Amino acid sequence: MSSTTKDAAILFEGVGKSFPKGDGTRVTALSGIDLAVPQGSITGIIGRSGAGKSTLLRMVNGLERPTEGRVTVAGRDVGTARGSALRHIRRDVGMIFQHFNLLASRTVRDNVALPLEVAGTPRAKIRPRVDELIEQVGLQALADRYPAELSGGQKQRVGIARALATDPKVLLSDEATSALDPETTQTVLELLARINRDLGLTILLITHEMAVLRDIASHMAVIEGGSIVEAGETHKVFTRPAHATTRSFLSGVTGATLPAFIADRLLSERPDGPSEAVIRVTFAGDHATDPMLSLLATELGISANILAGAIEEVGTHPFGNLLISLEAARADEARAYLERHGLLTEVLGHVR
Amino acid sequence: MSANLIPILWDATLQTLYMVALSAILGTIGGLPLGVYLATSQRGELLSSPWVNWALGLVVNATRSVPFIILVVAIIPFTRMMVGTSIGTDAAIVPLTIAAIPFIARLVENAIREVDAGLIEAARAMGATPFQIIRKVLIPEALPAITLGLTLAVVSLIGYSAMVGAVGGQGLGDLGIRYGYQRFMPEVMLAVVVILIVLVQLVQSLGERVAARVDRRAARNRGH
Repeated sequence: MSSTTKDAAILFEGVGKSFPKGDGTRVTALSGIDLAVPQGSITGIIGRSGAGKSTLLRMVNGLERPTEGRVTVAGRDVGTARGSALRHIRRDVGMIFQHFNLLASRTVRDNVALPLEVAGTPRAKIRPRVDELIEQVGLQALADRYPAELSGGQKQRVGIARALATDPKVLLSDEATSALDPETTQTVLELLARINRDLGLTILLITHEMAVLRDIASHMAVIEGGSIVEAGETHKVFTRPAHATTRSFLSGVTGATLPAFIADRLLSERPDGPSEAVIRVTFAGDHATDPMLSLLATELGISANILAGAIEEVGTHPFGNLLISLEAARADEARAYLERHGLLTEVLGHVR
Repeated sequence: MSANLIPILWDATLQTLYMVALSAILGTIGGLPLGVYLATSQRGELLSSPWVNWALGLVVNATRSVPFIILVVAIIPFTRMMVGTSIGTDAAIVPLTIAAIPFIARLVENAIREVDAGLIEAARAMGATPFQIIRKVLIPEALPAITLGLTLAVVSLIGYSAMVGAVGGQGLGDLGIRYGYQRFMPEVMLAVVVILIVLVQLVQSLGERVAARVDRRAARNRGH
């Protein structure tokens, strides 16, 4: 990551994890993970199921232990902490879950109180703190209800209030919105962003949805086959994805996917005879609004067909993605022109 | 049925209730912690110690394999050591309790194992000790299932208590054998069976009501 490791809230250094298998060999879940989660950031780790993101997240509060390397939270080594030292670290690290993991036998209020009871907070101090937390997530009206009476979004709010109870420095989110509908996902993400802003809490989240990163993550990392293949500030990764896995995640979220009738005809090599090159143009920041395609036509006399495109925001950065086709013979010339004007181009293939 | 049989039936009912209640309480005192430990000492669980778990499981299975009537007779020396006599209602409570403990332990173990592993993970993430997890998460969350398990155990104990006539334990079963069968008084047998049916029915309904009251997993259980 671009930030220095000095101001990292969570630091992974050469972290690996392998499990013994029945036949004496070991399965490697994670290897060579170096990642610094900057203080006060919302850092998202994206990966497919089985990529190891869940194991990585669970190392931060010691639910999993690394078999190699070191994981530190606020300077404290989690991997080697045992017993009460580990429990103290855990009280500084809140966690929310995909399936909420609320106690069915306790009301909203008592669920939120649980971490405080566990930490040995005096009863007289628990009540006002719980009320404050419930207000923070906007559930005052439901404080005496049981989880079975709440919607998914409300349950996750209880989960968030519970995770914040002991005033943690770090919040871990394990696919916290994956079980929610898109609308509820937005409200939960907004709540997380607000908590990050208001409390200065560092949030480390894992997800398989690029949209979650686009909406709230300031930093991101892509994990594939137990290794981090790409990491950095979200808007930079979005504009200059270096790894194929990142690109495939991005194609799902940027709206710029090839229409099927083009995708079916796409050739990886330029065929003989006249053909068109299919190019992805990515533009970020100030260039996003420049009328580059009309300049291309007027200055070079190259006309481009727009196949698909979308403009959206990554954090506060405008970000656009355009798929165009133009005469293959002049593709290099056009790309050089666009690159010179600060756009990123990538040839996806050719069509006859 | 002659009027002088009523007090005999009443006494026998009280004896049965006494034996069942006391052995259920003692059985729970022994069986609940044992069941919790059986569930949590499995490999990879909170108090993981597979060998102890295996050994305890063996003892529990062995006790449960012995037919109750044989258990009653086999442990007479132990019973005499515990209550000073091997005959009577108090003596009957010893084998009843010994049968109840492993039975209740298995029921509690199953109830605890049904608790969602995600809740244990959430509690661990909070920094809870294994004991806190047991007390604040596992037992409260398993309470509806534990309640139904205890109901089943009490119903079984009512059945077992009928066999303790073998050591002079008295109670309804003993009355049924001595009057209904040996003295050939079918009306006593019928009365005993009817009372047992009513008892079991009452225990079952009560258990289900308590279980429903402590079960917050569905919204319908909210009182208002």
